[in-house]
Amino acid sequence: MVDWASLWTIYGWPLTVMVGQIMLVLMSVLISIAFLLLADRKIWAAVMLRRGPNVVGPFGLLQSFADFGKFILKEIIIPDAANKGVFLLAPVVTVVLAFIAWAVIPFADGWVISDINVGMLYIFAISSLGVYGIIMAGWASNSKYPFLGALRSAAQMVSYEVSIGFVIVTVLLLAGSLNLSDIVRAQKTVWFFIPLFPMFVIFLILALAETNRPPFDLAEAESELVAGYMTEYSSVPYLLLMLGEYLNIVLMCAMATILFLGGWLPPFDVAPFTWVPEVIWFVLKMLLIFFYFAMVKAFVPRYRYDQLMRLGWKVFLPISLAWVVLTAGVLVTFDLAP
Amino acid sequence: MIIQAMAFYLFATVTVASAVMVISVRNPVHSVLFLILTFFNAAGLFVLLGAEFLAMILVIVYVGAVAVLFLFVVMMLDIDFVELRQGFLNYLPVGGAIGFILVLELILVLGASSVIQVPEGMAASPAPPLGEVTNTEALGRILYTDYVYLFQTAGLVLLVAMIGAIVLTLRAREGVRRQNISDQVARTPALGMELKDVKPGQGL
Repeated sequence: MVDWASLWTIYGWPLTVMVGQIMLVLMSVLISIAFLLLADRKIWAAVMLRRGPNVVGPFGLLQSFADFGKFILKEIIIPDAANKGVFLLAPVVTVVLAFIAWAVIPFADGWVISDINVGMLYIFAISSLGVYGIIMAGWASNSKYPFLGALRSAAQMVSYEVSIGFVIVTVLLLAGSLNLSDIVRAQKTVWFFIPLFPMFVIFLILALAETNRPPFDLAEAESELVAGYMTEYSSVPYLLLMLGEYLNIVLMCAMATILFLGGWLPPFDVAPFTWVPEVIWFVLKMLLIFFYFAMVKAFVPRYRYDQLMRLGWKVFLPISLAWVVLTAGVLVTFDLAP
Repeated sequence: MIIQAMAFYLFATVTVASAVMVISVRNPVHSVLFLILTFFNAAGLFVLLGAEFLAMILVIVYVGAVAVLFLFVVMMLDIDFVELRQGFLNYLPVGGAIGFILVLELILVLGASSVIQVPEGMAASPAPPLGEVTNTEALGRILYTDYVYLFQTAGLVLLVAMIGAIVLTLRAREGVRRQNISDQVARTPALGMELKDVKPGQGL
């Protein structure tokens, strides 16, 4: 005889809550992506003294939804020479990897789907997998531009991950925990971008390289590679690749917020600032970082490939490595380690 | 418990199945993709064991870096599998022997650890219970205290391997002009150009 009531309380109810939380995060992230995409285009337009999208809806607010409908209704074209399974798997891998990283992001104190102890490592692992979507897309297209784009991207992401790892290590040294909520709580007295300012700057630059944003968008440099690894894609698969890219960008904004800008904490721990809900602070900080992403795209010219490699291996790697040693040394010398 | 058992069998089955696929599929790129799936499921098994740190490190190091380079090399090489299969029977005895030795060693290690009682002094730091400290902390305590010399030695071995790889592939070619950023930045208009006053009708 199965005890249905206890089965429900042990498995059924927690599962329902979990699915509810996941859907909530999924939907809010997707909807915010739609508006961030518009914000991105509006910001470039403003920099270039254009108006940007302004036709669909008031101020073009519904532009992203119109684009979404357009992508859904188009025909999916699979090239004859493509490796069909991998060709269709690549966009799915990209989007799934971009979504599952959100499971450990704390939006406010306790507002996190899965509060695991190795949260930082989890995010690092997931973001290091992002390159697979690109490599698979480039290889499966069986065409020269996507392939070149994929190779470039693979080399670029592997090179920049090393430095980003060291930047994260400096933060972890100060926080003394891999749990993202604990990292935010450790910034109660001072946000980490003040003691670790050089690392903050390096992180922001590496985040651009990690997400293939200009000036490091060599993987899809339109002047030489058409659209890079996305060249052969159309319709929904293209939409998924694009969505994955933007999800990764927003994830990097969230990571910068958590690691350096004090996550959900208000800038000053006094009355008018503490009245604002924590999640609002989190979103505001993310928007600040996103504005930086958009502005950089608008006015920094693209790097040449060898310059990109030089910057990663010969500039950022030594600096971040030295800073890890320095931080650890200072923490041990003055007995500040948490 | 039943959910855990189901998850274990799922991960274990997929691990073994995809490991078999790694050596049986024809396309080398598919083979690497199956290898990645194997790593992933092995990481899932680690999570089930409560070794979350090891699971994440497995994904970061093997899937995030090593397999990317595998894929990179395999995609660039033009591998003809028909040609490779021709030597299959020649290599079978050697490969079989290596596999047999590996299995034997695994059995020995597992058997020994379950049969022989480890003396008190040998097990320098028994793992603390999971509730007290996190996985990462427990590993750190053991690695950086009792095994610190071995840990450092392992690091040095890796460093030597890295430097060796760089030395082997580094070659200084004659007549190659390299970009020197500091030279470029230090260049002034006075150094780079010369103003000439050209008279009309005369040329230079």
